[in-house]
Amino acid sequence: MELQYWIWIAVGLSFTLYITIAIITRASSTGEFYIAGKGVPPIANGMATAADWMSAASFISMAGIISFNGYDGSVYLMGWTGGYVLLALLLAPYLRKFGKFTVPDFIGDRYYSNVARGVAVFCALIVSFTYIAGQMRGVGVVFSRYLEVDITTGVLIGMLIVLFYAVLGGMKGITYTQVAQYCVLIFAFMLPAIFISLMVTGNVIPQIGFGSAGSDGVYLLDKLDGLHRELGFHEYTTGKKSTLDVFFITAALMVGTAGLPHVIVRFFTVKKVSDARKSAGWALLFIAILYTTAPAVAVFSRTNLIETVSNKPHASLPQWFDKWEATGLISYDDKNQDGLVQYVADPQINELKVDADIMVLANPEIADLPNWIIAIMAAGALAAALSTAAGLLLVISSSVSHDLIKKMIKPDVSEKQELIAARLSAVGAVMLAAYFGINPPGFVAATVALAFGLAAASFFPAIVMGIFSKKMNKEGAVAGMVVGILLMLFYMTKFKFGWFGGGSEKDWWFGISPEGFGSFAMLVNFIVSITISKFTPAPDEEIQKLIENIRKPDDE
Amino acid sequence: MDNKNNYWKTNLKYLVILLTIWFTVSFGFGILLAERLNQIQMGGFKLGFWFAQQGAIYVFVILIFVYIYLMNRLDQKFKNQK
Repeated sequence: MELQYWIWIAVGLSFTLYITIAIITRASSTGEFYIAGKGVPPIANGMATAADWMSAASFISMAGIISFNGYDGSVYLMGWTGGYVLLALLLAPYLRKFGKFTVPDFIGDRYYSNVARGVAVFCALIVSFTYIAGQMRGVGVVFSRYLEVDITTGVLIGMLIVLFYAVLGGMKGITYTQVAQYCVLIFAFMLPAIFISLMVTGNVIPQIGFGSAGSDGVYLLDKLDGLHRELGFHEYTTGKKSTLDVFFITAALMVGTAGLPHVIVRFFTVKKVSDARKSAGWALLFIAILYTTAPAVAVFSRTNLIETVSNKPHASLPQWFDKWEATGLISYDDKNQDGLVQYVADPQINELKVDADIMVLANPEIADLPNWIIAIMAAGALAAALSTAAGLLLVISSSVSHDLIKKMIKPDVSEKQELIAARLSAVGAVMLAAYFGINPPGFVAATVALAFGLAAASFFPAIVMGIFSKKMNKEGAVAGMVVGILLMLFYMTKFKFGWFGGGSEKDWWFGISPEGFGSFAMLVNFIVSITISKFTPAPDEEIQKLIENIRKPDDE
Repeated sequence: MDNKNNYWKTNLKYLVILLTIWFTVSFGFGILLAERLNQIQMGGFKLGFWFAQQGAIYVFVILIFVYIYLMNRLDQKFKNQK
């Protein structure tokens, strides 16, 4: 059967499934809309968190990015998994014990101040918006690539689907849709990976396969290092970035992960404290399946690419090369007119440009898999993008309806009105996100990675100290968050958009890139908070009791 | 009161031990010591590279499940004492 039909069937079926789930599990109270009525079983919550977490970028781009950066790609692998250890050990159980609806709820109550709450809402909105614009764009790109519609139409279709099930279902609806989306996306990612591993190394498990030898008896990674040296690229298994920068970027991504409101809020949805710990464990296990496979896929496709194209006549390349060349994701320019493909590090001689996304997208064709598998990959990529967008949407809408309207502007709002406000703000947020998806400001790609820095610089210290220090007070926490997020915004706009005089790599403070600067800003946040709290009054009796209480086990 | 303090102190002790391991496998083996560990070969992997792209992630998963186990045991003990 024709590929296009398969794709429409796979995408159509998966969308019907999501919408059906949303209708069955729709929310009828604010408790269900914000935190699924605290009734989600830990395994389901783990899957939902994993789907929420893994975006279109994790699904499509990450393996490719690792493939081109080798060891340096490790910052994403460790950074985007290690944060769950922090979540499980330092945040999730205590926030669940606290038992309210949102992250600003915790900050506002723990620091007994609406100023703190307001700052937290501001940070939550900035972090979530930088993130969601990239997701809507991702939905558009996936649609346009697989279904051959233009990106605008793609964004609009995605917007309508998300709008329907997030607005109707609230947290309860999106949780169970995300469970389904996790199953679709992990199946779609693993299937081609397993086939390629079998093809290249004869091993069914990609994680082991990329450490074994190919048919010629040479270890795959040694071969790849050799090829890289030969072509003038940096050796695959060692890094090009400075150790300090790798350290700071990894830390920023880890801490940022633990500080992202749409991830934290998932742990509010379970029944008890011990379930919050369990969900974090399941979530990381489900994420690790993809994250340990991605570096294997990266090695297989990198080796495959080099061996297929390097110094081969352009005319005799396999069919997938032509097909992806037509999309512009691969481009070939025969500079020396010899008809062969020179793929080398030196930009003067190099004739081949390859988009990172190819490494995952072209996998099924490289491995010669049937059309229905490509169709499932399309459904998987969409599942990844939609699930993340929906999770972010919920954070934005609850920040507006709960934290701003209910807690700050109009406390006497009835539950029914609050629920309407929540749904309306979700609609507003989707529209805005769709607008940015269709007209992406040039900085979208750059800012998604920086959302982590912003989260690390603002939330993480305030939450951790709120739990682990009884002396931390509102003056310290507010000053820390404000200084942290402003410093991070300053550094990222300076070096990414050229504001405040701009600057290049050699102007970086201590050689730390903007991606890694979140760790630095986080340290500054800690120092500012602690210093100021020493000179201002400690929180009163009632707050001390609140802290005592969140540290106690479940039934106390 | 003693019970409660013990509960919190034991929790903090677990946190320190587990986070030390967390830091060692990722920032230690995967980054700071990666180059030195790369001298050691494990199958087709250089060890530092393996920790950075595989090993650290496996250890992360194990750490969380160990913490779940320890805390469930502690919760139980705490309940029995009362």
